[in-house]
Amino acid sequence: MSAGLLELGAAAARAEIDAGRLSAAELFDFYRDRAAADRDADGSGLGCFTWVAAEAPAGARDGSPPLAGVPLAVKDLFCTRGVPSQSGSRILEGYLPPYTATVVSRLAEAGAPLFAKTNQDEFAMGSSTENSGFGPSRNPWDRDRVPGGSSGGSAAAVAAGLAPWALGTDTGGSIRQPAALCGIVGMKPTYGSVSRYGMIAFASSLDQAGPLTRDVGDAALLLLHMVGRDPCDATSLEFPGSLATPTAERLDGVRLGVPGELSGEGIEAGVLDAFNAALEQARGLGAEITGVTLPHAPHALAAYYVIAPAEASSNLARFDGVRYGMRHIDDARPEDLVAMYTRTRHDGFGPEVKRRVMLGTYALSSGYYDAYYGRAQQVRTKIAEDFRAAFEEVDLIVTPTAPTVAFELGEKTGDPLAMYLNDYCTVPMSLAGIPAISIPCGLSEGLPVGIQIAGPAFSDARVLDAAHALEGALGFDGSAALV
Amino acid sequence: MSEAAAGNGAAPGGLEAVIGLEIHVQLATATKMFCSCALSFGEPPNTHTCPVCLGLPGSLPVANARAVHFGLMIGLALGSELAPRSIFHRKNYFYPDLPKGYQISQYDEPLCLGGALGEVRIHRVHLEEDAAKLIHVGASGRIHGSDASLVDFNRGGTPLAEIVTEPDLRTPEQAGEWLRLLRTTLRALGVSDVNMEEGSLRCDANISLRPAGSGQLGVKTELKNMNSFRFIERGIKAEIARQAKVIETGGTVVQETLHFDPDSGAITSLRSKEEAHDYRYFPEPDLLPVTIEPAMLEQARAAMPELPAQRAQRLTAELGLSEDSARALAFRGELAPYFEAALAAGADPAPEPQALANWVTVELLPRLQDGEDPGGSRVAPAALAELVGLVGAKRVSVGAARQVLDRLVSDGGDAGAIVEQEGLGAIGGGEELEAVVAAAIAANADAAERVRQGNAKAIGPIVGQVMRETKGRADGTEVASLINAQLGV
Ligand SMILES: [Zn+2]
Repeated sequence: MSAGLLELGAAAARAEIDAGRLSAAELFDFYRDRAAADRDADGSGLGCFTWVAAEAPAGARDGSPPLAGVPLAVKDLFCTRGVPSQSGSRILEGYLPPYTATVVSRLAEAGAPLFAKTNQDEFAMGSSTENSGFGPSRNPWDRDRVPGGSSGGSAAAVAAGLAPWALGTDTGGSIRQPAALCGIVGMKPTYGSVSRYGMIAFASSLDQAGPLTRDVGDAALLLLHMVGRDPCDATSLEFPGSLATPTAERLDGVRLGVPGELSGEGIEAGVLDAFNAALEQARGLGAEITGVTLPHAPHALAAYYVIAPAEASSNLARFDGVRYGMRHIDDARPEDLVAMYTRTRHDGFGPEVKRRVMLGTYALSSGYYDAYYGRAQQVRTKIAEDFRAAFEEVDLIVTPTAPTVAFELGEKTGDPLAMYLNDYCTVPMSLAGIPAISIPCGLSEGLPVGIQIAGPAFSDARVLDAAHALEGALGFDGSAALV
Repeated sequence: MSEAAAGNGAAPGGLEAVIGLEIHVQLATATKMFCSCALSFGEPPNTHTCPVCLGLPGSLPVANARAVHFGLMIGLALGSELAPRSIFHRKNYFYPDLPKGYQISQYDEPLCLGGALGEVRIHRVHLEEDAAKLIHVGASGRIHGSDASLVDFNRGGTPLAEIVTEPDLRTPEQAGEWLRLLRTTLRALGVSDVNMEEGSLRCDANISLRPAGSGQLGVKTELKNMNSFRFIERGIKAEIARQAKVIETGGTVVQETLHFDPDSGAITSLRSKEEAHDYRYFPEPDLLPVTIEPAMLEQARAAMPELPAQRAQRLTAELGLSEDSARALAFRGELAPYFEAALAAGADPAPEPQALANWVTVELLPRLQDGEDPGGSRVAPAALAELVGLVGAKRVSVGAARQVLDRLVSDGGDAGAIVEQEGLGAIGGGEELEAVVAAAIAANADAAERVRQGNAKAIGPIVGQVMRETKGRADGTEVASLINAQLGV
């Protein structure tokens, strides 16, 4: 059986287990071994994982839970009891939380046991996974290129067949962009639909967990067991309506809006070609393609890079060396509390984290708050209004997911602004809190291109349906990335 | 500046003190402000903690509905405007007692705005979380110079209501009295233990001086964390004197945060305005705004007890107490409950309410230790009621009753029984007293003669002897009239 295991997506593997043709233990061991081999490859692997289970968790194989025992890779920043949860940061090296994130617990109860933790940019700050304190991950389509980020480890692992599916988090594009760059499906659900309890926070008003999977059906299946109100997260909601495995194959009468602001200038030609070809496919499925305008979208990135760092500067204040994680004493001033704080944070945080903590601290400072944080929140409101107005005209909005295909390792590490532009098409949806999915829509220069489909708040099922129909017509083949 | 040089509470030299208070009240909820840990009362360190109140990575706060309910009750008691929507902010600063690196508090949209208690206007009331407790090992007892500092997170996250007054107070004594009224009000509400020594009620004072009668405000200093009523009055007094001296010697008062050391009476600077934190307040993204639903308001209204000011009015209206007596009882701690328990004790003869009020406030209270609750003393309410009833019926003289009260304070017991045992019952109208009076007149022939000749004041020595002979059991007025009768004047 194991020769064919790699070809099985998560939903297909679940069906095999339910039919008694495959055991959950066999599947767990298969992926555990593949992940462990990549992890042990030490530089020659993809660098997807920060931890791999030694054995299946007790109880994971009992009964016939809805997810049947299909193992789950989880981004490092989800707290997992007794398992290193470091959010890609040296300041949390070896940190073992005493509790497990709600969404990871829910999925384990539904029958998707944790088998590995995946690499990420430090505290989810980055678009290439090069900002990880534990070394970069690589893109299985081309190992000299980045897998995107910050959920780069999860995306690369799923694309390479080192995990049947994975959890990531998306703050400004951190699921959708690596999914696009690795040729897989990644979805950021509506803000509030999935509990954030146990996710090591980057920017609280934007962070949202979501699935990274080989196809839309798997994404829907995983998401189905993630959503729901959590009494431990005051910003979580009971998901209205129902999510189901999508079956749509046509887009008859569906109005797809293409915002000029996010589908022209700044987007690489090869990406635009693949995107436009996908629109033609959609038209062939019966969709109406129309232009829409999101007048404030060009300001989204600027607003995002005020709001997210501001929240991050506060969220990361707890890493002070007092209670957990790294504590570095200043040898010159061993008894000085402030020196301990300074030394610990100086040594523990990487340069991008320091940059954003400083940006955010500045934006919240007395005398600057109104000009920066206050103004950025106004822009955020305008962007949400833009989307509301656009959704009066169209059912869904489509854009390229990322402006470029996967770039080379080191290519943008010296130019933070160039790196930030990766989120140009994904950040507006994050600021508006609306659901958005990226599915692979073709290749450019032999590298995957993603198309993003976004809908109004809590239209996640509609987004998945449209993605499913388009996916069928596009017939993207990601097998070249399997290792 | 030493406390001894501070003199009395009034500001000297034509200056007037302007005082505002900031009071932190630990709310007596079952669980902490943002997690489900039970509140801690002296348990072993770090036993009432969880990922949320330890600020562990990934944890999130959830606001305690009971704390909001208590906040609304406080707002109702103070006549505040209750915000239909208020929001939590993060107040960012680094300190080891603050596990998240920020305190969740309220900033520009607090739960309650405005209001008044007595003559003092309320600026605002808001909810926040308490910090953890630092224990500094070593001689200094402060973080600087200690051998080690330990953090006990049991207290961290305890719900606090912060009550801020307008600067309507003028003297330390007034501040102390008002704070007692606030404490009584909060205790009546049942929202807090309001125990200053245990830290469930903590007070900071903002103090400035200005020329008496001026409408302008001077530069203020903030005196931090005084943990008893006595320290608050002493601390404010010392700070007024310090500022007055600065002004009198031609200096200017600097805006700063100060610490009052009750042992030495010294005031030291914690930080100046230049060193003040920039707290980088911003709306807490992990919490939704607090919206007050009509049902929550209804619930808070239904839970409101009789408040001290209302109780004072009732005592005057129903029992005919003087306003001063009624306020003295109702505004101070457990006096009113004690008084009402005594009144309801069914003593025979029954005490007259005003007389009973006087005995509680004028006789009993000064006999107790400073701040002691009469309900916790050996004097049972029924015993005091009986004693006052006996006085009213003239069966025990006032002097004898004071002796009985002394016995009740030291040993407790039954008033009637003590009167009986000690033979302190009044002697009046009978042959026994007539005989004592006759003997006293005989023994003071000179004085008696002068009384006969119209010198009324000369009666003193004769009365004195009668009282001595009767051990104070006789009524002074009756003794005087008996003497006069026997002398034929
Ligand atoms: Zn707790």
